[in-house]
Amino acid sequence: MYGIRIPHKKEGFFMHMADALLAPGVAATMYVVSAAVATVSIVKLRKEEKLQKQPISKRLPVMAVMAALVFAGQMINYTIPGTGSSGHLCGGMMLSALLGPFAGFLSMIVVLAIQCLFFADGGLMALGANIWNMAFYGCFVGYFLIYRPIMHSRLGGTSKGGARVRIIVSSIVGCVLTLQLGAFSVVLETSLSGISDLPFGAFVGLMQPIHLAIGLVEGLITGAVLLFVYEARPELVREANAEKGKYSLKTTVVILAVVAAIIGGGLSLLASGNPDGLEWALFGNEDAGYNANMGLDEENYGKSSGAADAAASIQEKTAFLPDYAFSGDEENPAGTTVSGLVGALMVAVVAGAVCTVGGIYRKKKAK
Amino acid sequence: MNQAERACQELQAMDELAAKSSLIHRIGAGSKLLVTILYIVTVVSFSKYDIFGLFVMVLYPVIGYQFALIPVRTCFYKLRVVMPLVCAVGLLNPFFDKQIILTIGGVGVSGGVISMLTLMMKGVFCLMASFLLIATTSIESICAVLRRIHCPKILTSLLLLTFRYVSVLLEEVSVMTQAYHLRAPGQKGIHISAWGSFLGQLLLRSMDRATALYESMELRGFHGEFYYAAGEKGARYSWLYALGWAALFALARLVNLPALLGTLFA
Repeated sequence: MYGIRIPHKKEGFFMHMADALLAPGVAATMYVVSAAVATVSIVKLRKEEKLQKQPISKRLPVMAVMAALVFAGQMINYTIPGTGSSGHLCGGMMLSALLGPFAGFLSMIVVLAIQCLFFADGGLMALGANIWNMAFYGCFVGYFLIYRPIMHSRLGGTSKGGARVRIIVSSIVGCVLTLQLGAFSVVLETSLSGISDLPFGAFVGLMQPIHLAIGLVEGLITGAVLLFVYEARPELVREANAEKGKYSLKTTVVILAVVAAIIGGGLSLLASGNPDGLEWALFGNEDAGYNANMGLDEENYGKSSGAADAAASIQEKTAFLPDYAFSGDEENPAGTTVSGLVGALMVAVVAGAVCTVGGIYRKKKAK
Repeated sequence: MNQAERACQELQAMDELAAKSSLIHRIGAGSKLLVTILYIVTVVSFSKYDIFGLFVMVLYPVIGYQFALIPVRTCFYKLRVVMPLVCAVGLLNPFFDKQIILTIGGVGVSGGVISMLTLMMKGVFCLMASFLLIATTSIESICAVLRRIHCPKILTSLLLLTFRYVSVLLEEVSVMTQAYHLRAPGQKGIHISAWGSFLGQLLLRSMDRATALYESMELRGFHGEFYYAAGEKGARYSWLYALGWAALFALARLVNLPALLGTLFA
């Protein structure tokens, strides 16, 4: 996977969602949840501002420079020994380890916005989903569930060497986990949007192993950078000098095992042969040995009425999640073939003419 | 030329495009942002088999680029970034959806092929629209609009500051990478022994630079917010532009215009 060179690729090979892969409903939902997390982050930063009596404006340049650094740092290719290919830095984990999860999350939003606006990496409508997939998991899940418990544990001992071990382990585990979650979200969002015909299970099976390898390499790179900073300026790395013993090694391992079990269990549940749980609960599944769970007849479920038909017709016209059938012509889903083709050709001719006229005008203006 | 240098040039090129003067450049940033969002939402809401209906949407970016005096081909270079995932998802559709839904000259076309083409078209159209927005609107104008719709000032200020700093750090990374490769000829990337120190040194320097930056900004009266000049509201026809396109998008979504055109002439 790393053998394929794509400029500006970072944080996983297939992590930046494009607009075309999302239905408007899913994109809007992702915007709402990402905006909610951003609001919480801003509120928390304001609280920190009051507690530390340090204005947010003072932190702004540091946040901006760190965001710019992550952006620029992702342009660096790190050679993976023995493979001839290269990996990149994991931005979310590094920002949260240096700035804290809340400031790190806001900085990641800005990085993703610049990537989307100026480098077409991701899409304007998919920005909410990208923030969730990369910034939320990297900054919050990675920090609170992995980085902080490990940094507070006695893993590796209490000496300075122990801190080094903790930084490396938390970076690797954090990057692997957050990339797995991000990749899973990409699959979930694409599947919910009804974009791909690829079965959910196969899609998950394709995405997760790729990002396991990517996460491992990104974790190593992030760990190496954090380790260097820790050696030079230990006060810059969050929790590096935290009081030990809050989480014992056993507790840390249990936390990691629970996280793995939740993710593993969640994945297998969602990827099971019963993708629509609501449908199963309502109508049952006789093939699987379950009879009608709520006693409903799937064929005759729902009543037909004038109002229901009118509502269905409005829903069909305004549906944000595009369905699988072409509206108005059930027999021929692609619409009226001949007229459609002729019309599309005419649109192409008009588009070509507009381009030609525009080109001639620009040339004349340049003269 | 290394990646950082290329990225730096791309940023510069976008800045130069946004500084041009044309009918589209003079339209208010708010109207352009609204039209772009409406366009993308309309494009992605088309059914995956509605290839002809979707095709008419090409007219917005094509017309927009001409009025903005920007050749359409300038945005195609950006496709290399966004298309791999779109193609990876779309290319598998023909293997799973083999039902023939279209016959052209006796040759059957499966639903999977149609949905693959539709997906790719959606990807290209959305990119063209986003590029048109950013090629005709400066980042300052976009941030001003975001502030007007009550986007938190911490985010807009951060976006502006980061954007200004990105080019500085890209240049620095570019110089560092070039220096490293001159000392290590034939090596593809950064060797594992320098993984930490290469970016770590830049990180430490940047942290110090950020402190110096804040102090100098404070000396110039910065208190956490950038102020925008009043009157940057764009041309008077801005909202007419937005309303016009919104109506056309709604029409294109509700009526299959190519099919209608075809029935008139076929």
